Amino acid sequence: MKKTFAFLKSHKAFTVYLILVLLIVLISIFAKQIAPFDPTASKLRDAFQAPSAEHRFGTDFLGRDLYSRVIYGTRVSISSALILVAAAMLLGGLMGIIAGFAGGGVDSFIMRLCDTMLAFPDLILAIAIAGILGPSFGNAIIAILAVSWTKYARLARSTVLKIKQRDYIAAARTTGSKDSHILTAYLIPNALPTLLTTAMLDIGTTMLSVSSLSFLGFGIQPPTPEWGYMLSEGRAYIQTAPWLMTYPGLAILITVVAFNLLGDSIRDILDPGTRRSHKKKEKVRKQSVSA
Amino acid sequence: MLAKKILKRIPQMLIVLFGISFLTFLLTYIAPGDPAEAMYEAAGILPTEQQLETARISMGLDKPFAVQYFNWITGVMRGDLGMSFSKNIPVAAALGQRLLPTLKVALLSMAMMMAVSVPLGVLSAVHKDGIADYIVRFLAFFGISVPGFWLGLLLMRFFGLTLRWFPVVSSRAGFKEMILPCLTLAIAMSAKYTRQVRASVLEELSQDYVIGARARGIRYRKILWRHVFKNSLLPLITLLGISFGSLLGGTSIVEIIFSYPGLGNLAVDAVRARDYPLIQGFVLWIALIYMLVNLVVDLSYDLIDPRIREAR
Repeated sequence: MKKTFAFLKSHKAFTVYLILVLLIVLISIFAKQIAPFDPTASKLRDAFQAPSAEHRFGTDFLGRDLYSRVIYGTRVSISSALILVAAAMLLGGLMGIIAGFAGGGVDSFIMRLCDTMLAFPDLILAIAIAGILGPSFGNAIIAILAVSWTKYARLARSTVLKIKQRDYIAAARTTGSKDSHILTAYLIPNALPTLLTTAMLDIGTTMLSVSSLSFLGFGIQPPTPEWGYMLSEGRAYIQTAPWLMTYPGLAILITVVAFNLLGDSIRDILDPGTRRSHKKKEKVRKQSVSA
Repeated sequence: MLAKKILKRIPQMLIVLFGISFLTFLLTYIAPGDPAEAMYEAAGILPTEQQLETARISMGLDKPFAVQYFNWITGVMRGDLGMSFSKNIPVAAALGQRLLPTLKVALLSMAMMMAVSVPLGVLSAVHKDGIADYIVRFLAFFGISVPGFWLGLLLMRFFGLTLRWFPVVSSRAGFKEMILPCLTLAIAMSAKYTRQVRASVLEELSQDYVIGARARGIRYRKILWRHVFKNSLLPLITLLGISFGSLLGGTSIVEIIFSYPGLGNLAVDAVRARDYPLIQGFVLWIALIYMLVNLVVDLSYDLIDPRIREAR
């Protein structure tokens, strides 16, 4: 406990962003308690009301309370992004570790598969897959997963290839360690930090992909409140009811910014190597110049 | 030398294209829903069971998978991508119509992006950790986090509705109609590229030859623009190629927002109507574009960077 506190104190930026993200997560968990109205209850009499004391963010074309919808929207965005990133990391990481460890035909098969997937611009392929499978939330998740695992596969593979050459792996082999032991004891723990950092940095982008698909109508289906879909609903009333595009958009922006900031600060803590090596180089340069 | 390299790449490209065509065909084959039914649905007709049966036979849907795929792929090789039943024209023609508008958007938005991100990236790198650097990095961070569709709507509202500078609907695809869609795309891309240019210039500034040149008393300005700037743009070529390729595949969201007649808009239409021949044709087009762009990127390094040329 004391250690945790000291860590938080020495990494102030991280702490601030962490609190911000936790706050958003809490909003999504306690959406039911925070939201003043049922997000799906329509009351046509109250349609298109401008923001007021009763309806803080106004109401939409069905008279639903926008504030409650934005609060509930947190749930879908955060849960889908977390599920997706975790799934992509597991699937991609596993494929990459297998590819790097097995080598040969397995390796080239998995890598060609990655190349083929990479042949498509992210969103376009996701749209095609979501379209072929039919528009639904589950299919949107599958579509984005199909595009996003390749990044993790490449990362995991390169880490495994790097570690495989180390002396301690050779030592483990000569002392009779089995493949499964080498995998779980050395390769997976070594690949994990890089994968986790990438996953953290990916949450914001993934959120944007999910809402983009929903914006196009291929993701979360109404009446579930989702920010991207809310924006596409509000698009028709851009002039008469501008609040319909202001608040859901701000909600996405703030959430994505919070997760991106947290991801950046985690990378800085876990992987200061890039920074340090730069400083070292600078020092060497200064010495060489002064000499 | 160059021709030899291209020839060497062709078989590999054909294999990937073949694989992609097979995958897309397989996906549409196992997809839920009946293409014959989708065709009638697109036409707004409620078909009888007998009509469906005849349609299935005329579309070749009663044949086994391998035969269906073979028929399709031989047609593709002859340039016949099938009929789009939602648009009622050949798929090749439907794609062809959208080509020029898509190319125009790709070029203009890339030009806008370069005009913003190169100066800002260099500025930020030269004044590393200075005020200019912090401002640029802050802007880039926001640019990456802002959702493209929201940005498009905001621009539409401000420049299109409030100021009335540009049209809100871009279905004519003239120059004035292209400004807002391209600006939306350019802002989103600029954020990424500004960071890239900055990192690239910083990397190049830390090279030994820069110290050498400074030690010989060459002016900083001259080193920066004559050598560092030129070299630091090299790593960007790959990225530019990828961006250009994905722009040529269409930019669904922006095209939908501004009703722009590009490929992305067509793709969304095709998916909504479950127009399988059109989806397949579109996916093949994307794969082809991507591979050509990759080839050009690889070859351009050979032409531009003598270090790579000699290393091979």
